[in-house]
Amino acid sequence: MGLTESVSNRRQLPAGLSGVSVVVAVLVYLVVDLAVKLTGTTVLAFGFHVIGGSLSVGSLLSMVIDGLLVGLAVGLAGIGLSMTYSILDFANFAHGDTVTAGAFLGWVAAYVVAGLGSGAAFADLFLFDTGQQLSVISAFLPVLIGLVVAGGGTVGVVLLVDRLTYRPMRGSDNISLLIASIGVALALRYLIAFVFGTQTSGVASSGARLQLIPGLAVTDNEIALLVVSVGLMLGVHLLLQRTKLGKAMRAMADNEDLARVTGIPTERVIRLTWVLGGALAGIGGYLLVLESGTISFNFGWILLLLIFAAVIVGGIGSIYGAMAGGVLIGLVDSLALIWLPSGLTRAAAFAVLIAVLLLNPSGLFSGVSTA
Amino acid sequence: MSTAHDVWDRLETLPDYGLVALFILAIWLLLSLFAALVGGPQAPNLAAGFVSSVTVLIGAFALLTLALNLQWGYTGLFNIGVAGFMAVGAYTTAILTAPTNPAAGAVPGLGLPLGIGLLGGMVMAAIVGALAALPALRLRADYLAIVTVALSEIIRLFVNWNGVAQLAVAGVEFGTGGATGISFTSPSGIVAGVVNGPFSPLVAAAESLGVSGPNVVNFVYGLTLLALVVASYWVLSRLVNSPFGRVLKAIREDEQVTQSLGKDTRLFKIKAFMIGCALMGLAGALFRGSAGYISPAQFRPGITFYVFAALIIGGSGSNTGSILGAATFSALLFYLPARLGEFFPNIGGQAPGNVVDAVAALGALDVSPLVAYTIANISTLRFVLIGVVLIYIIQRRPLGLLGHRNEPAASVDLRRPAAADGGEPRDARRASSARGSDGGGDDE
Repeated sequence: MGLTESVSNRRQLPAGLSGVSVVVAVLVYLVVDLAVKLTGTTVLAFGFHVIGGSLSVGSLLSMVIDGLLVGLAVGLAGIGLSMTYSILDFANFAHGDTVTAGAFLGWVAAYVVAGLGSGAAFADLFLFDTGQQLSVISAFLPVLIGLVVAGGGTVGVVLLVDRLTYRPMRGSDNISLLIASIGVALALRYLIAFVFGTQTSGVASSGARLQLIPGLAVTDNEIALLVVSVGLMLGVHLLLQRTKLGKAMRAMADNEDLARVTGIPTERVIRLTWVLGGALAGIGGYLLVLESGTISFNFGWILLLLIFAAVIVGGIGSIYGAMAGGVLIGLVDSLALIWLPSGLTRAAAFAVLIAVLLLNPSGLFSGVSTA
Repeated sequence: MSTAHDVWDRLETLPDYGLVALFILAIWLLLSLFAALVGGPQAPNLAAGFVSSVTVLIGAFALLTLALNLQWGYTGLFNIGVAGFMAVGAYTTAILTAPTNPAAGAVPGLGLPLGIGLLGGMVMAAIVGALAALPALRLRADYLAIVTVALSEIIRLFVNWNGVAQLAVAGVEFGTGGATGISFTSPSGIVAGVVNGPFSPLVAAAESLGVSGPNVVNFVYGLTLLALVVASYWVLSRLVNSPFGRVLKAIREDEQVTQSLGKDTRLFKIKAFMIGCALMGLAGALFRGSAGYISPAQFRPGITFYVFAALIIGGSGSNTGSILGAATFSALLFYLPARLGEFFPNIGGQAPGNVVDAVAALGALDVSPLVAYTIANISTLRFVLIGVVLIYIIQRRPLGLLGHRNEPAASVDLRRPAAADGGEPRDARRASSARGSDGGGDDE
């Protein structure tokens, strides 16, 4: 096994190296181009646009902030995907719909709490039909309660799904589990559509704007996303560093049989993995809706590939990788607008995903595993 | 349960073409009965509408499932970018056959005949498949899955981009039409021309029975697709029983052993991937573009997972199972539930407008609003059903309807001359359990 691996590695080395050098060359060009664009000059050669253009510092900064915010929420949601990928060893295609489920649970709770006593019909509150737009400033308590429900409710959903679907299949090969997760994704997504309908609802809009520099402002909802996601990432970091659970998870990701022999209660660790990953996915979805303002039954499904990109770019199994990968993918998704037309920015994020998988499947932070 | 098993056992002794034909006939009969139940005086036309729509669906899904079966069932390549390769085939066909001087606002194409367009679509899909396969095939199965689904989204976003909506290269104008899509020579329009031309007496006879002309055309289009399925089935079974196919099966079982026997497995995998992609491209043009119009929204990843569901229901690794799975999926899980919701909308009275009102009535022990709401929304719920069926099959019958069939990779018959007690010889048993080692031996 070891021998064949090293032989095939050597054979693939030249291809990998040339691929990496192409990527480096492209990156260097983009950085130089960005610098030239910021000075506002355009370099032409034989009438062709070679480098440069114009871009204001303000619009660059607002793109960076946009990408950072989306990236943080994607990274938060990606932690759960990364953990199940490394500990249960399968790509969970239902993770995007878990994010949606959390967002719906949380926002229903927030809406119902915000509408209590307003005389609005329960059905209208439940289906976001009152036309009310929540923000952190105007409805702090409902938004906070929604956040907690999003986390807790998603844990319930995820544990139920695990009990019904994955637990009878422990030990199956990763492709069988992947296919089961596709079934879970379909069932979850269309159950949400059955209850809430397929329309897109506006639920949140900013209550206040904070002017940073002229032409650049952040809203209260965006600040909330930043604070909560950074806080949660810090919390996960402490949990995994300072508790036995983190060590147990790392041991299981490394070798499940060995972990069990050592006396680690593997089934309990798996359940805690789902609890942690599910809560973070639900809160990630809730925060994404807080930032974007709208919710629909398939937004998590659409986001799934972006979450996969974050997890893979950061290295599967690495919590910090998922966080960093999320921010990186968020930035690519938003900064690609500088060089690409708006229809292709998402494609650029997926291209990064493919490039990382082909050139360095263990991710940019390979070697740094969980905690 | 045991009688059901008996019936199934007896059905399995049928030759494969008999099994498939019987299955499709049973589906036609079921839909006709349903039409007779709800149609009243319109029943014949309704039945014809049901049967022709479901025939088109079965044909299209069977083509896609056969293609995926070659890639996954035989070679073990986990491709979930089916939608992307369908889009490549459909868009190439559309660009090649769209008229050179279209109506105002539409995108011009190259104006070639449809046959050349379809061939071009298949070739293009195969080329894109090869380009994707070259670097990607050395990846782990789950990484290949993510790469292919990302590629299919990149393809969809690319044809959706308005930068390629209309181009002019060396004076020739063409394009994808961007988000608004592109119109081209309609495959079903050509079938309609044949049916309404030389076969017009047939249409007249059908109309005298109350069946409308468009339904006849649609049915013949479905039969054309089924004929293509038969042709692909024949080619694929020749292929997988050839020395080439034996190498594919060997790769699926153990790639390193195959390599050590001196086979260039990457080349075999790329070839199998290209053939599958070509078939997907053809199905994309004929299924999504049957009316002569395609748009990017028709190639979302969802369709990929429907094809997967069909293949898993049928049993990956079996061509006959692929067709049965496609028929089961498209008729019983995809088409019939939607019609149930359409024609039984008012069971239990007027359906409430939202789920809260439906559930609130439960407090007064009144179940009917919830029932009515469920039936009114059954076209949403059928996807839940598809998901649950997928989970059930992968848990309980991971080999699907026919996946347990024994297809050893050897060229000679491995069975020893029948033992005196009639028991299954050990070699054949081992060959079958090698394929189903993930615990699906409960069919024996």
